[in-house]
Amino acid sequence: MRRRQTFYIAGFVAVLLILWHALFLVFGPRVLTPPWATVVNAWNLLRAPEDWPHMAESIRAFVIALLIAFGVGTAGGILIGASRAGTEIFEPLLVNANSVPKVALYPVILLIFGLGIWSKVIFGALHGVIPVLISSIGAVRNVNPLYVRSGQTMHLTRSQMLRRIWVPACVPEILSGLRLGFSLTLLGTIFGEFFASQKGFGFLLMNAIDLRDIPTIMALTLILVVFALLANSILLAIDRRLHRRQT
Amino acid sequence: MHVQGLTRVYPGRDGRPPVSALGPIDLDLYSGEFLSVVGPSGCGKSTFLELLAGLAEPSAGSITFEGRPVRGCVPEGVGVVFQEDSSFPWLTVWENVAFGLESEGADRGEIKRRADYAVGFMGLTDFVKSYPAQLSGGMRQRVCIARTLVLQPRLILLDEPFASLDQQTRLLMGDELLRLWRETAATILLITHALDEAAMLADRVAVMSARPGRLLEVLPTRWPVSRDSRIVEDARFGAITARLWTILRDESMKAMGRAESKDPA
Amino acid sequence: MKRHAWTRLAIVLGVGMMLEVLCRAGAIPRLIMIPPSEMLASAWQILVSGQINSDLYFSLGNIALAVGLSVAGGFLVGLAIYSVPPLRTAAEPLLVSYSAVPPIVFYPMLIVLFGLGRIPQVVIAVMFGLIPMALHTISGLRRIRPVFWKVGRVHRLSALSSVLRIQLPAAGPYLFVGVTLAVSYSIIGVISTEFILSASGIGHQISSAYDNYDNRTMYGLVALLLGIATVLNSILYRYSRRMLNRWTR
Repeated sequence: MRRRQTFYIAGFVAVLLILWHALFLVFGPRVLTPPWATVVNAWNLLRAPEDWPHMAESIRAFVIALLIAFGVGTAGGILIGASRAGTEIFEPLLVNANSVPKVALYPVILLIFGLGIWSKVIFGALHGVIPVLISSIGAVRNVNPLYVRSGQTMHLTRSQMLRRIWVPACVPEILSGLRLGFSLTLLGTIFGEFFASQKGFGFLLMNAIDLRDIPTIMALTLILVVFALLANSILLAIDRRLHRRQT
Repeated sequence: MHVQGLTRVYPGRDGRPPVSALGPIDLDLYSGEFLSVVGPSGCGKSTFLELLAGLAEPSAGSITFEGRPVRGCVPEGVGVVFQEDSSFPWLTVWENVAFGLESEGADRGEIKRRADYAVGFMGLTDFVKSYPAQLSGGMRQRVCIARTLVLQPRLILLDEPFASLDQQTRLLMGDELLRLWRETAATILLITHALDEAAMLADRVAVMSARPGRLLEVLPTRWPVSRDSRIVEDARFGAITARLWTILRDESMKAMGRAESKDPA
Repeated sequence: MKRHAWTRLAIVLGVGMMLEVLCRAGAIPRLIMIPPSEMLASAWQILVSGQINSDLYFSLGNIALAVGLSVAGGFLVGLAIYSVPPLRTAAEPLLVSYSAVPPIVFYPMLIVLFGLGRIPQVVIAVMFGLIPMALHTISGLRRIRPVFWKVGRVHRLSALSSVLRIQLPAAGPYLFVGVTLAVSYSIIGVISTEFILSASGIGHQISSAYDNYDNRTMYGLVALLLGIATVLNSILYRYSRRMLNRWTR
């Protein structure tokens, strides 16, 4: 089954590439860059020293945002989830907050945090923290009471209960939340880069739009897409490994 | 209903030989009778019912209902109650019952009258505004029966309708079924795996063999029409049930043995 | 249950009050934030004066278009994947990876291809909303119990009638959750793109107000936008919960 799935994915990617190239042939180099050329451009961009400060900026913003989102989300979610009242009060608020177009708040964040890296970080973290909170709360609340009771019958101490029952039981669901949080933090950070930024990937992209520099736009987009897919695959693999242990 | 040479064969897949699921079966169902069909697991009882209802196509043989052949679609005048709860969760009890009437194009007053009657008949009047999710399993099956009843079918086919209910509810539902049978004068064919249920409810009990299901014997019970579950007191009840089990015991062992030897067929 | 709803309300109002006090007292400078009461007043003013009506219609129009396309497209894709088993195994890994890439990254390319205007915005919004709708369609179709098909035939309904009166209501609640998500994502998609680069729309107006240091207008618009989005999402969410609850014990 896995082999067949890999085959399908490969097939799908192949079809996309063919379509891409076909569109290039139809619309010409003023509109599109063909696949191989884009890959070459991307590679060159990654190697060009003048781009490194931008990439460093973006990566730095993303990583910090991720750490905040994961840290606050997991810790906060566990604390809230541990209390029934807390869950009933905050969970609906969080679910509501999830569907709010947080992009509307970006100018507010810019006003508060200025034009530097922190706006991007906070904005990215804001996107990612909510799903992590929600899934952490869920993880704690959905721990099978049977596990807890088994632990109690075995007379485990407080810290043993935590370490050997609660943590392993919660981890898979929290990790799924982290995966979602990762994508959303990436979304938030990238958006932050697009909007008002002097440095970073987003800035390079906006610049390229102004210059109508299609090859660069496509190359940068490719880099972002590949990065997102790779990171997600790694997280998925971890997720799967953990779930296999459970079932 | 007249069934002749009814056969159902599943074609072979992946190079395996075709599987004969059922038949050949010959059976005559008389108007107004209560017939029960029993058999070991996997003998094709449900397939049999689906063929009779017109929900499946036979591989060979013929079925006629009131003189007309049954082919491809469910004939008018035939009602079916399934084993699984088929009540629609998004409709109230009343709306469920009235469902069939809406498609017949009857006017509002008529729909109300007939639905109310069916609801009252099945003892659901207090629950008309409830949703199936709020009711117990037995009540939900009653909703399904009421939904079938409202179309005034002349033949009612029931596929192990009480299988998922507890014993006491089953006995009560059996009484309900008998009451329904008497008051509507419909023909009833009940498929069940419970021998005592078949023996106490039916006029005749048909025994199917293990796969491929064929009719081994048809036992008349000769019960009076005005019977209910207390017929178990009658001396002949034990004899009939015993006879059913004697026939079935071998067949059941055959069916189980087949399962245990992991025969791919 | 009700008690917690009051607590939530108290929390939200409490935060609002605190901001109000801090802003009025000058602890938070006007350049950064204006008092919430003024935000609301500004929002009301903007709405009533009709000065941004054309932008409002533009954004709402795009959102509506995106929702329509996401729902219809998502439903068809979901239906196709569900009905054709080989597609299901093929599509599963792809669908999982889809959420990894934020569709917004394609906006620059789309701008260059189609110029600034409706098309790139709607395309991005549909990219956001179509797949969740497809996934929920599949989930809804799975919920149609096989016995329902048989009931349709017992009642001798035509295929179309059976689908409209049995299958659709059976899958309904889940489809509706998909629609709710499509709406929520379409709003996010359209507004995001308007912020980044756009010639009109609410997002564009907010962006302009920001550039012009016009905090009053900016906050008013933000409040308006959040208000509309929250109300819309809440109504849809509550309705979909109600539909789902009717089904469960």
